Amino acid sequence: MSGTELALALSVFAACAVEAVEALTIVLAVGATRSWSSAMGGVGAATLALAAVVAALGPALTALPIGALRVVVGGLLLVFGLQWLRKAILRAAGVKARHDELETFAQERAAARARGDGREGFDPYSFTVSFKGVLLEGLEVAFIVLTFGASQHRVALASAAAGVAVLLVAGAGVAARSPLARVPENSMKFAVGVMLSSYGMFWGAEGAGASWPGGDAALLAIVPSVLVVALALARSARHGVLLTPAGRARATTGEVRVALVADGGRGAPAGEHGDGARAGT
Amino acid sequence: MTRARAFALGAWEFVVGDDWRTALGVVLALGVTALLAAAAIAAWWVMPLAVLALLAISIRRAARGGR
Repeated sequence: MSGTELALALSVFAACAVEAVEALTIVLAVGATRSWSSAMGGVGAATLALAAVVAALGPALTALPIGALRVVVGGLLLVFGLQWLRKAILRAAGVKARHDELETFAQERAAARARGDGREGFDPYSFTVSFKGVLLEGLEVAFIVLTFGASQHRVALASAAAGVAVLLVAGAGVAARSPLARVPENSMKFAVGVMLSSYGMFWGAEGAGASWPGGDAALLAIVPSVLVVALALARSARHGVLLTPAGRARATTGEVRVALVADGGRGAPAGEHGDGARAGT
Repeated sequence: MTRARAFALGAWEFVVGDDWRTALGVVLALGVTALLAAAAIAAWWVMPLAVLALLAISIRRAARGGR
């Protein structure tokens, strides 16, 4: 396996693991509160839908000429990666609330209880919530698998990395029977954002006709450079360099939690959790 | 809202997210790269500079409370 392929596999693995942790929290909450069988039915249906998306689009993407593929896919990957990186930087700076699986678990359980007792047999609520949770989190993974994999013509490798991550997270969830709150999600998302942005920049520029000095070896400079820039931006934002006086006051009074890239902080303020209905980058 | 419109909006939100300016900047930077490369001028430096600028501007805007 080449260095590029290893980076591809590790990036997809990390991205898939964090999304799987988030999906697991939803499934555990609704399954434990209402109906395990219906929740698992939702998981199965969403998994099949995601597999169909990858199976349908993977061969179509890899059939494109490599130049067109890389400029389109590289551009998409860069736009998508910068989204991840932007949110990760804002979380690391304390400007945006961090993911807290225990809080999300409590919210999902409360919502499931508010819908009354679970039914014996098929429970539409459990099925639907699990299905939507897994599908939304999984779509981001499918996008990364397709873009990363297609650019290297290694969709199968990317899919395998994603599959291993899902199996590991699911196994850990079954063993723990609780949300995997100790997984360093925010740090992993930061790393994934750096990788997506770096590879998107590299492939996008190549697809547009540019030649990188050193060829593929340029990635050895691009990835650390993006990481350094992202850390510097997080530090600047955390120290208030980029904040207004009001934002600086919020950060210092604890209205928003200030946290470095290293995980461990919990209990972000209510109302700042999640990114709406879309999957949570 | 038609299904097609809903799908398009969902796809836009999924890929572009809440900062369309960054997406536009990426597209423009790729265009400049292509133009320079077509003119046989070294163009590899365009994307790193663009990404640095776009990310800094986006973080600054978000940190100041804008979108």
